[in-house]
Amino acid sequence: MNESELVSVLTRLSSATGVAGFEDQAVEIAAGYFQSYGCTVKRDRFGNLLALKAGTAKKGRIVSLALVAHIDEIGAMVTKVEGGGFLRFTAIGGLDARTLPGQAVLIHGRKILKGVIGAKPPHLLTDQERKKTVPIDKLFIDVGLSYEDLNNIVSVGDIISFEQNPLLLSNRKYISGKALDNRAGVAALIFCAAELADRKHEANIFFIASLQEEVGLRGATTAAFGLNPDLAVAVDVTHGDGPGLENNFSYKLGAGPALATGPNFDVDLFSKLKNAAADNYLPCQIEPIPGRSGTDAWAFQVTREGIPTGLLSIPLRYMHSTVELINIDDLAVCGKILSFYARSVNYTHGKRS
Amino acid sequence: MKIKETLAELSNLRGVSGAEAEVSSYLADRLEEGRFEVRVDSIGNLLVRKGRKKGKKLMLSAHMDEVGLMIMDFEKNGLLRFRAVGGIDSRILVAKRLRVGIHALPGVIGSKPIHLQKKGEQDKPFREDSLYIDCGFKNHEEAAGYLKVGEYATFDVKCAAISKNAFRGKAFDNRAGCLVLLSLLLEKNSLSFDAAFTVQEEVGTRGAQIAAYTMEPDRALVVESTAAADTPETEQELSSTILGQGPAISLMDSTVMVDRQMRNELTVAAEKAGIIYQYRRFTGAGTDGGAIAYSRSGVKTAVLSVPCRYIHSPHSVLYESDLKSTIDLVRSWLDTQQ
Repeated sequence: MNESELVSVLTRLSSATGVAGFEDQAVEIAAGYFQSYGCTVKRDRFGNLLALKAGTAKKGRIVSLALVAHIDEIGAMVTKVEGGGFLRFTAIGGLDARTLPGQAVLIHGRKILKGVIGAKPPHLLTDQERKKTVPIDKLFIDVGLSYEDLNNIVSVGDIISFEQNPLLLSNRKYISGKALDNRAGVAALIFCAAELADRKHEANIFFIASLQEEVGLRGATTAAFGLNPDLAVAVDVTHGDGPGLENNFSYKLGAGPALATGPNFDVDLFSKLKNAAADNYLPCQIEPIPGRSGTDAWAFQVTREGIPTGLLSIPLRYMHSTVELINIDDLAVCGKILSFYARSVNYTHGKRS
Repeated sequence: MKIKETLAELSNLRGVSGAEAEVSSYLADRLEEGRFEVRVDSIGNLLVRKGRKKGKKLMLSAHMDEVGLMIMDFEKNGLLRFRAVGGIDSRILVAKRLRVGIHALPGVIGSKPIHLQKKGEQDKPFREDSLYIDCGFKNHEEAAGYLKVGEYATFDVKCAAISKNAFRGKAFDNRAGCLVLLSLLLEKNSLSFDAAFTVQEEVGTRGAQIAAYTMEPDRALVVESTAAADTPETEQELSSTILGQGPAISLMDSTVMVDRQMRNELTVAAEKAGIIYQYRRFTGAGTDGGAIAYSRSGVKTAVLSVPCRYIHSPHSVLYESDLKSTIDLVRSWLDTQQ
């Protein structure tokens, strides 16, 4: 897969709607790609997408490797259809109220409506108001309809997604858009599937697009149980260096994915992934995580009798906003590291070795 | 004139105060199709004369500029420092996409992710000086290769119809007013008036001052977009105007006391033509009205506005029906003045 194909994969994935609990549109796009690269796809009972690229090892000597990226995104849900034709809403996943006023949104009612999260104009603001954040429960969505018309189309509980197509920035390396957390991870898996398409590997490789990560790693929990793989690598995003992060740990965009180390991760798997990068001259940063990683790796590690788990993360600025920003090179490098690692996995690896 | 298409085209143009050329040349092109002679004055106002020269000199005016940002400096890490041009609530800038500089480069204003914030941090808005424009430049040198300090940034927003009657887009303040004037110039009518598409309203009604001096009108009608706060979380009595209730006639604003006689003429013209109108129930915020009213030895001036929600933000909302009835009211009033 060349760079422009990768950009187009990411663009389609990022544009799609996939708010946690409402991921079908994004899942179907991902499924199409995995199929085109020789994978057998199915949805498990929870709805996770499982794409199997079969290994070549003989029965009894086959191990399975799960590569998992969550496909859900943050969003919102309608809590009230209000007089005057406005909607009130609540967050799905972690939303910073300060990023919301003035955003374009889609409301997934009986049909899809375009709307905007309203903001009082500066002319009418008091000095006191300017100094305060408007909390989410005081924000509202305007769709330009009367209450009666709106009430016929939208109900309490309907999903709201952000309306933002990704955009390649001037130097053609950076992409900004919504839901790059974690469609970037899904795109890296698809890149890996493309790398493996015409190559033989001993292990069964399961690509998993997991659901509902943003509300508590739920898809990963059920997928890990259902598949019970020998090894798992989660692919997610991590905080990229950006303004306001001086005192926090963050990772450079364009310097390769971040490979996590810490209690959440298997020591042997960590060093194998590190070697997969180093042996193939692929850049990689080390991300120490002292406890809970907040990723699907957290759920996989303690499933059934335990699954050795690793984590590769793509550095991303402005996480959980409509202007998330990544470097496309990091995505390709991440996919390559995964594919080199996947090809190296055999019966000597994993918990059952 | 196709109102929907024209509104979208006007709204999508980039024209922050001091850099209105894109808007002015679009208008000039449309007016040349209508065989008008247009003139651009020293500051950049676009001036047009319609019809005969004798009789009362009527001036219609609408500002072309929009609020936006100016690039002040490049940081070592390639991020851009900026300041607002015109009145922008800096809270609206967070997590927005922009078009930056004369080549309209894509850029974003991001902020510290929620995961890394301390408890309570969300309650305090980001200060404008803690926000940066990120165009994905690796360093100062790369930024300086693409952009110059002093270039402008606009919201990256495309106008869209969101319901049968409602539009969502940037810069409706005051491309809506531009549309009203353009429509009256291009339609078939026998009205005589002068039209000024002015610059730099948002930084202190600079263009209108010059335009009024040049045109020396007897009467002026400023066509604007005004805030409608007919939305939740605002007391009804503070809404100022309401969408769908027609053009808003100003009583006064921070720059001008509207001429009472003209105010009456407008209401009489509206009632005669059966046009629903409302008063702008707010006395703050300025318009080109002031600059025109005190031109030379004074000009009788009124201000009429298309009501518009969320102005000075990336997405404002207006109703096509209000646009149409504003055009109708201005036409009816002009009729009484010929």
